[in-house]
Amino acid sequence: MSKDNQILEDLNSKEYEHGWSVEFETDEAPLGLNEDIIRWISTKKEEPSWLLDWRLKAFKIWQSMSEPEWANVNYPKMDLQALRYYSAPKQSKKPKNINEVDPELIAIYERLGISLNEQKRLQGIAIDVVLDSVSVATTFKETLGKLGIIFCSFSEAVKEHPELIQKYLGSVVPMTDNYYAALNSAVFSDGSFCYIPKGVRCPMELSTYFRINAANTGQFERTLIVADDSSYVSYLEGCTAPQRDENQLHAAVVEIYAGTHAEVKYSTVQNWFPGDKEGKGGIYNFVTKRGICAGDHSKISWTQVETGSAVTWKYPSCILKGDYSIGEFYSVAVTNNYQQADTGTKMIHIGKNTKSRIVSKGISAGKSQNSYRGQVQVMKRAHNARNFSQCDSLLMGNQCGAHTFPYIDIANPSAKVEHEATTSKIGEDQIFYCNQRGIATEDAVALIVNGYAKEVLNQLPMEFAVEAQKLLALTLEGSVG
Amino acid sequence: MLSIKNLHASIEGTPILRGINLEVKAGEVHAIMGPNGSGKSTLASVLAGREEYEVTEGEVIFQGKELLELSPEDRAREGVFLAFQYPIEIPGVSTTNFLRTALNQVREYRGLEPLDAVKFLSLMKEKMALVEIDQKLLSRSLNEGFSGGEKKRNEIFQMAMLEPVLSILDETDSGLDIDALRIVSNGVNKLKSEKTATIVVTHYQRLLDYIVPDFVHVLYKGRIVKSGTKELALELEEKGYDWIKEEVDSTATV
Repeated sequence: MSKDNQILEDLNSKEYEHGWSVEFETDEAPLGLNEDIIRWISTKKEEPSWLLDWRLKAFKIWQSMSEPEWANVNYPKMDLQALRYYSAPKQSKKPKNINEVDPELIAIYERLGISLNEQKRLQGIAIDVVLDSVSVATTFKETLGKLGIIFCSFSEAVKEHPELIQKYLGSVVPMTDNYYAALNSAVFSDGSFCYIPKGVRCPMELSTYFRINAANTGQFERTLIVADDSSYVSYLEGCTAPQRDENQLHAAVVEIYAGTHAEVKYSTVQNWFPGDKEGKGGIYNFVTKRGICAGDHSKISWTQVETGSAVTWKYPSCILKGDYSIGEFYSVAVTNNYQQADTGTKMIHIGKNTKSRIVSKGISAGKSQNSYRGQVQVMKRAHNARNFSQCDSLLMGNQCGAHTFPYIDIANPSAKVEHEATTSKIGEDQIFYCNQRGIATEDAVALIVNGYAKEVLNQLPMEFAVEAQKLLALTLEGSVG
Repeated sequence: MLSIKNLHASIEGTPILRGINLEVKAGEVHAIMGPNGSGKSTLASVLAGREEYEVTEGEVIFQGKELLELSPEDRAREGVFLAFQYPIEIPGVSTTNFLRTALNQVREYRGLEPLDAVKFLSLMKEKMALVEIDQKLLSRSLNEGFSGGEKKRNEIFQMAMLEPVLSILDETDSGLDIDALRIVSNGVNKLKSEKTATIVVTHYQRLLDYIVPDFVHVLYKGRIVKSGTKELALELEEKGYDWIKEEVDSTATV
């Protein structure tokens, strides 16, 4: 309970609070995108030739593709040749462990409220931090190593565990999947890799924190999580970016593999810079996230709280291949001012007795547009597949929009699919009731919205849930009255 | 404590209150009665600061302050409490969480430290006993799926927690069976003190068997047309409102 109050007290700052940037020396690729740039990145990262070939193949495929236009979002096209595809803080030598990381970089994260000092960190969360194009630090590596858990930057994994990367890279999200996934495959710079061996239950939350610092730089990270048979891991992802007038591109790919009886829980609190009140600037967040429940009785659960970005295009999905596998998607997406979000999920039922559950809570305020887009597909041999979907929309004011696009595609008659949807407005009655008990309007909105999103917020690990509640309140400040 | 002078208020241009005058002193219980549509609930809403109502004339002084100048939340923080006729549902927010937010905002306004979880809980336990409310109800979403009786009991529990100076009960008896009525009234009676005052808005006399008023006022067509003691309520119960209507309407036409 004390947490809730803390949150309400923290509501004073009115603007995006992570909008600052820091000057430091960087290693940058020249502007633009072509084969030479890809070779440049690959050389910079001292990559093996199989990976360079993989990138170049993806680049060719990407060149033959065009930008998707089916999403319910409107934005000026970005000139991809005007972007920089690699930017990294210059470090005199590669840090071997956290103690060797440039203190200036550590200071950036301290300012974001993320301590990289293992002693100072709360027990139970290991973190990999990615600044612009590279991973700068990973904590608790040794503790995890004793259990056989691999948790490191993607670049390091390419060098140290090439057999795992070669086996799983692109196995869930192939480079041909879509325009942004192909682009990411060609130019991705870093990200996190995580492997949980058979029968191991990861004792702490693993987390990646992404930060865009440089201007005119796209961030293209890749996260790959492999949970071997009968293992369990809970993974968190957070992100911020400086406030800049121009739009910035973030095109990430996340792949999850779950073996027999394995369970992966993936939670995101997305807080990229959303643009200012007039809709200027902000991040284009075009992300492909997908998990495969490859083994029987496996489970993948996505929880996302989307508060940031100018334009979001994101559908964390589950391929339910193993029999009795379970896919879950819990989402709160908030849009305010001129933000646009088109987000949802895909649940592909392939195995027998597979189950999926979708809970989506959209909140639109200001002049924003918020769409849920979800697909439930039951393949021919997926006997007794079950899906339950619930899509709620909450509107604040009368200039915003909420849209729901559910697609249901059933090829097996034994499937049972339920879809519920509601649309509501925050009532003046509710606000007055809170006011009458002494609660100020902005706090009343925060209270009501958090209540509305509770079912999803409850899925988040505690530390994240508090952060998410704060963000919801901050995003909606000034949207009522 | 409360002084209402020549209060006029309208909704969407239609006048509802047309010159209310009322003095309430600490320690007193006032009952506002009257036929449907006479403006009883409007008076309660205007005092609490509901925005739909426009005050067109008059003033309200509450403990030396211009009440009508204050925002609804500041009125609450100054000690005005309205027990709603139709309490509002807030899904996903428990009564406990709601009250903790409310109480600490009220305390902050009064320059007090926020209550920590332990102190808050012990305060809750104390007040729960007072209004005979079950803790299970308090951890459920506020008013969502509550029965009529549970909603009203919850209102009185909130009142007990926030310790208002002036409590306004808007048709608190509506939708209550006799047991619930007794429990709710007991709660209100236990909360009365020499420093606080209560305004009971009701259509029926039966609530006043339990919450005994010092004064009874009859509201008709937006004005207080008759004031008296609790005997007036009994007379109304017996004779209905028609004789008052006739009395007022005939003098009006003269």
